[in-house]
Amino acid sequence: MASSFYPARRRRNAMWMGLSVAAAAIGLTGLFMILVVLLWKGFAGLSLDVFTQMTPPPGSSGGLLNAIVGSLIMTVIGVAVGTPLGMLAGTYLAEYGKYSRLAVVVRFINDILLSAPSIVIGLFIYEIVVAPMGHFSALAGALALAVLVVPVVVRTTEDMLNLVPNSLREAGASLGMPRSLVIQRIGYRAVRAGLITGVLLAIARVSGETAPLLFTALNDQFFSTNLLKPMSSLPTVIFQFALSPYKEWQQLAWTGALIITLAVLALSIAARALSATTKQQ
Amino acid sequence: MDSEVNAQRPAKPPRANKDKVTVRGLNFYYGENHALKEVTLSLFEGQVTAFIGPSGCGKSTLLRVLNRMYDLYPGQRAEGEVLLEGENILSKELDVNLLRSRVGMVFQKPTPFPMTIYDNIAFGVRLYEKLPRSEMDARVESSLKRTALWGEVKDKLNASGLSLSGGQQQRLCIARTVAISPELILFDEPTSALDPISTAKIEELLDELSGEYTIAIVTHNMQQAARVSHYTAFMYLGEMVEFNETNTVFTSPRDKRTQDYVTGRFG
Repeated sequence: MASSFYPARRRRNAMWMGLSVAAAAIGLTGLFMILVVLLWKGFAGLSLDVFTQMTPPPGSSGGLLNAIVGSLIMTVIGVAVGTPLGMLAGTYLAEYGKYSRLAVVVRFINDILLSAPSIVIGLFIYEIVVAPMGHFSALAGALALAVLVVPVVVRTTEDMLNLVPNSLREAGASLGMPRSLVIQRIGYRAVRAGLITGVLLAIARVSGETAPLLFTALNDQFFSTNLLKPMSSLPTVIFQFALSPYKEWQQLAWTGALIITLAVLALSIAARALSATTKQQ
Repeated sequence: MDSEVNAQRPAKPPRANKDKVTVRGLNFYYGENHALKEVTLSLFEGQVTAFIGPSGCGKSTLLRVLNRMYDLYPGQRAEGEVLLEGENILSKELDVNLLRSRVGMVFQKPTPFPMTIYDNIAFGVRLYEKLPRSEMDARVESSLKRTALWGEVKDKLNASGLSLSGGQQQRLCIARTVAISPELILFDEPTSALDPISTAKIEELLDELSGEYTIAIVTHNMQQAARVSHYTAFMYLGEMVEFNETNTVFTSPRDKRTQDYVTGRFG
């Protein structure tokens, strides 16, 4: 009797399977096409000049050096400021706050921050840093990126520390270890690769951000490492150059997009490799 | 198993009785849940005391009172008196970390720290003593020898503690505990996650450690209690039903519930 259901069930299975595969194929095709176009157009303009010349005025050739350096500076500062904050807050949530009212509220706000449109963050920093200072600055840009880093790191730190079994905490405590030491020497160590992965993902997240930088660091056509002055960055240069009517600028925008994509790809691969080693332990 | 088999079991002769730990009128609460009711017993110095009883009877809870492990969790509280060498360890003024340096604990699942075998042992020692490298080496070696692990790991002290087998990990955890020279060691079902051969090794170890250390062991395995302990406490529904020499508890228990449990009628 059950066998009479069997052919129908098999047809239904095949149908859903086909739909799933088709959906996956559509998604992947789009992604693949973006990558192909990006690689094609980006590599066409890739040369040593890109890494050694400044962004050019319209109509002449140049490179992206000031934008690359600007992106690196602001990302490094943003991550350096955001990571400790995020790790401490994540540690509070996982180890101390847990289900206390404060922790629940902090967690909820962090989730909102995690998905907040980055342009809002840019406006926020504009209000509290750029407006009082009276001018755009790299520092403001870095702070905007830091605000974006914090929620990512809070989340990964909390998630990772929650993976530490309580038995390990108890084992540490049973030797007479104070709680702070148990967290630092055992908790962090047990999930070290996961914590680093979180930071790498945060870097990947902010390195392509444009909106928060438009309101804060703005742009600078020339090479600058002064944190109190506007600073160029890859995303803002791409934004500006891609919308321009000049051929050279459009080409540089493609190449800049390629550089960011490859950098983020490398970070993601590093993050994956790291989390794979965590699982093996 | 019936009581005749029990009678033939070679029992350990109890030694001189001096209280290491005295528990008097201990009540324990998990929030509203009254988990231990007026428990009274003594752990005698240098002897092994087994806590037996069906799941949920409070034997692990009792063990976790002895090093205040319950302190880690809000909502858990103990009332009554637990004297370690005459000092009430339930007192609020007591330094819990100092207490735990005197009362070691080994858990059901092996819990090696995510570091090298050497550091697993040195880590605890460093909390209390600043030893020169050579003395630390000697301490690590003696602790590993003490737990019969030295021969198996002496060539890979820098390997991760997690790379060992389950039984080896558990002996590493015992070595780690022994290394800081506690006075009392608590074992919470130390062999329930291990194979029979590893179990036998741990039991042997318990035998060797007794005398020097006072030991309390929670076990689900009655034969194990009979093999390793001098004294046995049978607990049921949060009460201490019977506490006596192991031989007596297994061969001529006074309480009907003890009799039923040790003869396998329930549990």
